[in-house]
Amino acid sequence: MDILSDVALLSRIQFAGTVAFHFLFVPLSIGLGLILAINETRYYKTRDPEDAAATRLWVKIFTGTFVVGVATGITMEFSFGTNWANYSRFVGDIFGAPLAAEALLAFFLESVFLGVLVFGRKKVSPKFYMVSAWLVWFASMLSALWILIANSWMQTPAGAVLASDGSRAILNDFFAAALNPSIFARYTHTVNSVLIMGAFVAMAVAAWYLLKDRNIHFAMKTMRIGATVAIITSCLMLVFAHSSAMVVVNEQPTKFAMMEGMYETETPPLYLFGWVDQEGQKAGGLSIPGGTSFLATGDWNATFPGLNDLAKDPMYSELDPANLPVNFVFQTYHIMLAMYVLIMISAILAIFFSYGKGKIRNMKWLQRLLLIAPLFPFIATQTGWITAEVGRQPWVVYPNAAAPGVSMLTDDAISVSVTSVELLITMLLFLVVYALLLVAWIRIMSGFIKKGPEPATEALVESMGGE
Amino acid sequence: MEGITFFSGLWFCLVAVLIAGYFILDGFDLGAGVLYPFIAKTKTEKAVIRRSIGPVWDGNEVWLLTAGGALFAAFPPAYATTFSGFYLAIMLVLFGLIVRAVSLEYRVHDEKWGGLWNLLFFLGSLLPALLFGVAIGNVYAGIPMSALGDYTGFPLFGLITPFTLLCGVLGLLMFMAAGASWIAQKAPKPSELQERAAKIRTILQICTLGVFVIVTVYALFGINLEMLGGLAAILRYLFAALFVVALIAAIFFGKKGNDLFSFIAQSASAFVLVGLFAASMFPNLVIASANSVGQNITIMNAANSELTLMWMTIITCVGLPLVLLYHVISYRTFRGRLTDEDLDY
Repeated sequence: MDILSDVALLSRIQFAGTVAFHFLFVPLSIGLGLILAINETRYYKTRDPEDAAATRLWVKIFTGTFVVGVATGITMEFSFGTNWANYSRFVGDIFGAPLAAEALLAFFLESVFLGVLVFGRKKVSPKFYMVSAWLVWFASMLSALWILIANSWMQTPAGAVLASDGSRAILNDFFAAALNPSIFARYTHTVNSVLIMGAFVAMAVAAWYLLKDRNIHFAMKTMRIGATVAIITSCLMLVFAHSSAMVVVNEQPTKFAMMEGMYETETPPLYLFGWVDQEGQKAGGLSIPGGTSFLATGDWNATFPGLNDLAKDPMYSELDPANLPVNFVFQTYHIMLAMYVLIMISAILAIFFSYGKGKIRNMKWLQRLLLIAPLFPFIATQTGWITAEVGRQPWVVYPNAAAPGVSMLTDDAISVSVTSVELLITMLLFLVVYALLLVAWIRIMSGFIKKGPEPATEALVESMGGE
Repeated sequence: MEGITFFSGLWFCLVAVLIAGYFILDGFDLGAGVLYPFIAKTKTEKAVIRRSIGPVWDGNEVWLLTAGGALFAAFPPAYATTFSGFYLAIMLVLFGLIVRAVSLEYRVHDEKWGGLWNLLFFLGSLLPALLFGVAIGNVYAGIPMSALGDYTGFPLFGLITPFTLLCGVLGLLMFMAAGASWIAQKAPKPSELQERAAKIRTILQICTLGVFVIVTVYALFGINLEMLGGLAAILRYLFAALFVVALIAAIFFGKKGNDLFSFIAQSASAFVLVGLFAASMFPNLVIASANSVGQNITIMNAANSELTLMWMTIITCVGLPLVLLYHVISYRTFRGRLTDEDLDY
């Protein structure tokens, strides 16, 4: 029963579980925030009762999702202190600031104007109401920036030095720390992926109405908005994903080696699928030789360092290639890639058949595909995030030349005062409470969608206040 | 004092202000949640209470995240020691806040699970309202710490002593009084709910005064915390006196039927109570108990680098005016007593 008394492992499982859950709802609410703001703007321009009904429905769906994100987000902010006290002491000079800034600059904005969206329809002017919708979305994008600054600093620390007694990292350049080597690539990649998610959920809602042959007008409008956002963001993803991968290649070579299953220095092929034999330290599968090398450098024959060679580098001397979950990272990374292919195909089909004559109305198979299609971005964001976080192991603060000496092993980051028994208790409680949240969210959402948009009448427009 | 810089001193005050802001704002909606099953007799009355805090609770709660973030960003050892040392208690607060947030949003859409959401809203409000005071009592009375500052006492139950429980009760009474005060100035007037809230408000405020006296006497004579003299001592007397004055004013305004002023005076009392706590602690952040290996965590040994604190100050100078502006917009938009029309939004 070694696992049950391993505080570091239990803390990691708890953090991984709670953050993965959080990372279902927050990305969705950021993505839906954009759909809501677009709908509200359309209503503001048309004053069409149908648009009024649509935006009222999206406010409900958005809020019901947003609140789960907020509630599970408190866990995350607390968890650095509760479960990672040594980490907090080590990085406190740098890591606390973006968390405080996120609350101060983003959460207040978001929460106050969400209050206006839910309760203020009759109290503020339509213009103010529309601006509120955009402010909520803007604030959620801003909060993503701050939290990704914090996370990216852990991946590629910069602007800091080790204190003379070695006990903690000390900030020496604010801008270098905030604008660390991976922030732009990781922010654009992450935020773009959550917008894809929102667009796909919007299309799924639309597809459900089309399948049920009801609320056709609403469904077609929603489908077009969703498909437009989906195709734009899916295409942008090519650029953002590439730049994100390049940062990993350049700044986190051990993560890149894990993603491609490279123990020895070699020319990485492009795997369509494969398997890493961790005992034999070899990856195999269906692949295009030199493909990944070509994507990374434009050269089919470039070599990249494998884990065994990287472990000889003084900077990565704590690395033990025999003890790394290489296959796990390889799989999550390649699942993410596969999901992207499905996302792209779905987005192209959706845009092609929803505009023009709107052929999608009679295409049951495409409606069914788009109904389950939100699974693709959901799986992609989860596996992508797992790749990023497990791929940087064994470090919680990954070594980087931009912050010499500033790195920390995950095992050293724990709270010494927290026992494994306490962790088991809280893990059980998280399981119960989060299961309740999930069931409740599903019930509430399916309730909203089954009920559908309210009847589109002039009275509805009047009830929403005039100029 | 030696070792305290302008920025580290400023951040001690700012963390205190953020905690005070949280206690005032989330204080009333937590208190409303605790009173919810007792004070609201009908479905409509329950809906009135939920609607009265609906547009503002989320913004109020952000004060907690900001205070926690600021503690982390300014004095990381204090954040690390308290949050890990109070592990199970913090988790109970957390679970409370989680279920409360969701039940508040979902109750209105979900008649079938209405009973469950009502119960969770109450429990989720009660846990934080009680435990915040217990945590503050522990920080003040001292906890056993290792040389590195890790809590070495018994999990959860080691934190519960007569003194810390009394602090918890004081906090709970403060929150409940604020909640009653909020409902009394938001509920339609005249209405039975409003009258009930006004009545219980006065009772809670008198109880608060009584428990405050007991806690103060206990703290002065039962807990031997070395406190600074000079300005800190003057502030302590001032804040203690202001606390009593503010609460009496709240009772007085309440009796006069001026519910809004009563609420403002109640809020002021929460602000000076946190001020009193801060002036008593200064320059300490977490006290190490007598049997501790480790030392007190203080401004001097826990403050972040000047560079970090300077940047945090710049961010605050930009952010805080905006935050206040958002609050003005929000509380102005939703000002005044609720009407039947407000329940349909």
